[in-house]
Amino acid sequence: MKVLKTIKLFIGGEFPRSESGRSFPINFHDSEKIYANIAQASRKDLRAAVEAAEVGQKSWGFMTAYNRAQILYRMAEMAEGKRHEFVGLLKDTLGISDKEANKQVDEAIDAFIYYAGFADKFQQMSAAVNPVAGPHHSFTTPDPVGIVALICESHFDFGRLVSNIASVSASGNSLVVVLGPECPAILQPLAEVFATSDLPKGAINLLTGHLKELYPHIGSHMEIRSVSCQNEDTEILYEIKKLGTSNMKRVVPRYENVDSLKAITDFVEFKTVWHPIGT
Amino acid sequence: MPAAQIKVPGGGRITIPHYPVDRVGTTERANSFTKRSIKTESKLDALYLALSMVDLTTLEGSDTPGKVRQLCGKALRPMPPAMVEQIEKEIGKKIRPIPSVAAVCVYPSQIATAAKHLRGTSVELASVATAFPSGQLPADLKLEDVKRAIKLGATEIDMVINRDAFLRGDFQTVFDEVVAVKDICSDEAHLKVILETGELQTYDKIRFASWLSMEAGADFIKTSTGKATENATLANTLVMLQAIQDFYDDRGRMVGMKPAGGIRTAKQAIQYLVMVKETLGNEWLTPQWFRFGASVLLNDLLRQIMKQYTGRYFDNHYFSLD
Amino acid sequence: MGGRALETSTAKKKTKIPQNGTVVETKSGFKYEYSPAPESKSIVKIKPRYELFINGRFTKPIAGKYFKTINPSTGEPLSEVAEAGANDVDLAVKAARNAYDKTWSKISAKDRGRYLYRIARILQERAREFAVLESLDNGKPIKESRDVDIPLAAAHFFYHAGWTDKLNYAFPGAKISALGVAGQVIPWNFPLLMAAWKIAPSLATGNTVVLKPAETTPLTALLLCEIFQQAELPDGVVNIITGAGATGASLVSHGDVNKVAFTGSTEVGKKIASAIAGTNKRITLELGGKSANIVFEDAALDQAVEGVVQGIFFNQGHVCCAGSRALVEESISEVFIKKLKRRMQQLRIGDPLDKNTDIGAINSFEQLEKIKELVEVGKSEGDFFEPNTRLPSKGYFHKPCFFNNVSAAATISRVEVFGPVLSVQTFRTPQEAITKANDTPYGLAAGIWSEKGSKVHEVASKLKAGVVWANTYNKFDPTAPFGGYYESGFGREGGIHGLSAYLEIK
Repeated sequence: MKVLKTIKLFIGGEFPRSESGRSFPINFHDSEKIYANIAQASRKDLRAAVEAAEVGQKSWGFMTAYNRAQILYRMAEMAEGKRHEFVGLLKDTLGISDKEANKQVDEAIDAFIYYAGFADKFQQMSAAVNPVAGPHHSFTTPDPVGIVALICESHFDFGRLVSNIASVSASGNSLVVVLGPECPAILQPLAEVFATSDLPKGAINLLTGHLKELYPHIGSHMEIRSVSCQNEDTEILYEIKKLGTSNMKRVVPRYENVDSLKAITDFVEFKTVWHPIGT
Repeated sequence: MPAAQIKVPGGGRITIPHYPVDRVGTTERANSFTKRSIKTESKLDALYLALSMVDLTTLEGSDTPGKVRQLCGKALRPMPPAMVEQIEKEIGKKIRPIPSVAAVCVYPSQIATAAKHLRGTSVELASVATAFPSGQLPADLKLEDVKRAIKLGATEIDMVINRDAFLRGDFQTVFDEVVAVKDICSDEAHLKVILETGELQTYDKIRFASWLSMEAGADFIKTSTGKATENATLANTLVMLQAIQDFYDDRGRMVGMKPAGGIRTAKQAIQYLVMVKETLGNEWLTPQWFRFGASVLLNDLLRQIMKQYTGRYFDNHYFSLD
Repeated sequence: MGGRALETSTAKKKTKIPQNGTVVETKSGFKYEYSPAPESKSIVKIKPRYELFINGRFTKPIAGKYFKTINPSTGEPLSEVAEAGANDVDLAVKAARNAYDKTWSKISAKDRGRYLYRIARILQERAREFAVLESLDNGKPIKESRDVDIPLAAAHFFYHAGWTDKLNYAFPGAKISALGVAGQVIPWNFPLLMAAWKIAPSLATGNTVVLKPAETTPLTALLLCEIFQQAELPDGVVNIITGAGATGASLVSHGDVNKVAFTGSTEVGKKIASAIAGTNKRITLELGGKSANIVFEDAALDQAVEGVVQGIFFNQGHVCCAGSRALVEESISEVFIKKLKRRMQQLRIGDPLDKNTDIGAINSFEQLEKIKELVEVGKSEGDFFEPNTRLPSKGYFHKPCFFNNVSAAATISRVEVFGPVLSVQTFRTPQEAITKANDTPYGLAAGIWSEKGSKVHEVASKLKAGVVWANTYNKFDPTAPFGGYYESGFGREGGIHGLSAYLEIK
């Protein structure tokens, strides 16, 4: 007899249940059979994830870019090791073909590697030395915005999800990812990838739950600096933007593929530093 | 420049502080004084004031008693009386009397001539000394140079610091030389210490040398000999003024300032006065505490003064050319 | 300390026969005061009334309403200016849309650049006229409008002119396109410069513009319209509409505006962001700040004092990135304060048109009242200092001042005053300085004063601010991106980074 899985949240490198004690069942795509029970994050779980992200950002954001690249590459290695688990999970819960599932996993692994390679390159591509008209050295460099909430509500595609996570993460942001109803079970193996890749605790946190319940708190949380919105419901997007004005959040709608450098630089601030030149 | 410990006569040590100076910021501030617009009454005042602060200088290999004699005449009475009369007649009123300059500044071998003409007047007799301009003579000869100058009638000594010692970090030697010269000057002569800013180059060094010289007893600190490629600038003078300010705050002793070399126009001179006024303040705006080492400046000041009175520009031929 | 070398020497006293007499100083002369040196007003002709600039023509407002713009140094009206209602805004947006569709998106990138070059050149030619008008309408010293505002505005047009035909190099590999019509609302602190910051990149990237200057300082933007006409900029490419908050609100919320750009207070910025949250309009906001200017014990102190003074008192402190919080290392705070006071005593407050004025008039009566209120609050929070100088008897003036020993929680160290008011706190370690500097919801700018390079770089990398000036302050250049983190706004203006705010990038 198979053991029934319970999928828990991923906060600060740990796998806690929801503090609310709530969970909901996920079925196999084509039946009433329960695939797993999964924790349903509450407002307080979101808060705990943001607190963890704050700690995580301090290590992740100040790591050398080379180190971040190594860790992102390590994620690809760990994901490769879990290929069968990912493929099985995608097939079981989404009902997609073996070919399609493998394609999505390929794309996810590619995305880890692609952004691993970007972690120490986007700076030179987006930074500038400014030819100011005076005796000053002026340069502009990217700086991670801090904590980014990533909402994955609709248009689920494993490759796109990883691409969005890795592009935001590559610059040194920490993440609170909210997985919507389409494929919440992906949390488990994905969290295991993160937990075994030398990623600092809290640098990426994964939650599952009901977006309608969580988004007002995402929008109004003052520590969340930016939101990447992959959801169809513009009502929610607009509402998050509106709530986000409380701390001037950068809210980026992200349903379709964009220029990959832009995917990174949408979640950085540019800092211009001036210094005199003179003996 | 790191802080340095210096032994002082009579035992004990003092510290010449580390005091970094940012070149770009200093230059910006110095340039801000050139933006002041000094007009009408305050311009006339500034021109008279600048004139009274001139150390009228000739420091050429070709200097002769004849040249020095003419210079002394000009120093005592910068404006020919006939010219004053003509102007007063034209404008129908008296002009403010044109003062003498502060001093005449000559080489040691011309002191005797200058002394003959200046003795008993308000014009001081400054002699450059200590193997001006390079300072590259043995210490005993440099001191001999000073003794002789005072004996012949110099009332002010413009010495040069030992840049050889300074640039290789032997600040004690630099200090000791200034102290020794100051000893000879005693209260017979005012001591101006020339840093030769053009050879020190960095503002950190200029600041450090200013402090070192003031600690050693300088009555005045002076930018340059006029013989280097870069002489007085507003910026290097500003660095020295700020050192004087801090030295006054710290030690309670006023030290004078003399920019020299390259100040050729009345406009430039006024910029320096503005700078002194807005840093050290009015207390320093007298010939006792501020001087210009200059020669052609004098005629430009006269021309500008006459322009203020008549509204016309004059060329140099209306004044004496010395 | 010792040695004879320290003794004060006295010069030899001699009998002196004065020649020609001694220097006679007049009481009003150089030592006491600089004589007035006013810039002539005759170069600028202020019209009694200004209309809206829509579709290349000066157009009367439909409702026929006008409001006065005041010379803040006298409190007297300079002129009256049209108040644009919602229907005027609609006309302006239509004109911009029409120009975008019919001309501006059709002409070559090279020609777009040519127009911008023309504008830059004419502005340089007429610089003095603009400087005088800016000082009259805004109250800022002519020294600043002449040496900073107008030359930088021209430089902005010149810089962006060169971008028009090189945009593909700015975003290699990406597909870029213009957004359409930009609705822009600018503040009163740098009226012409802010207009240039907004208009130049919009036009360079192929957008058309409807811009609303601040209601207290509309005149230079309206004079700029003459330049657009002289440059033969196609009708409707830039439209200038005047009015107050309601006009701005109807502009940013107009349905046919694709891009909103606003510079001003965080309060209004939040309202605008909120008002357009339910749309897909692109937005850039350049908002308030409470920027820290950190002075370490190893700073070049005289330049640091000057930097702090320029950082807060430049433009009467009406600067979003003003260094309004000085954080001074405790070990040098005493000497720093002494030097600061001495320096402030030299600041010359008065007629903005006098070339020797360092601090001009506060832009409006309302702003002056706001500053006074906050200063009153500050007096209970820290040690107050203001220089012993006189203020002009009329007009809106405020002395530069600071509060020493204020706590980080004090109102005066948290609230943006937007006036010549500095708060001074001390710190003990670099880490404490960084923490204190970042202890604000804003993130626009910061200053660092230290001669130790490694420390400068460490602190600069940890400050959460869009602009970090190390051993300098308040430097601006069209090539250098400017903008804030957090509640200081979104996006950058200037440099290659400023372009993306006006482009769709895919």
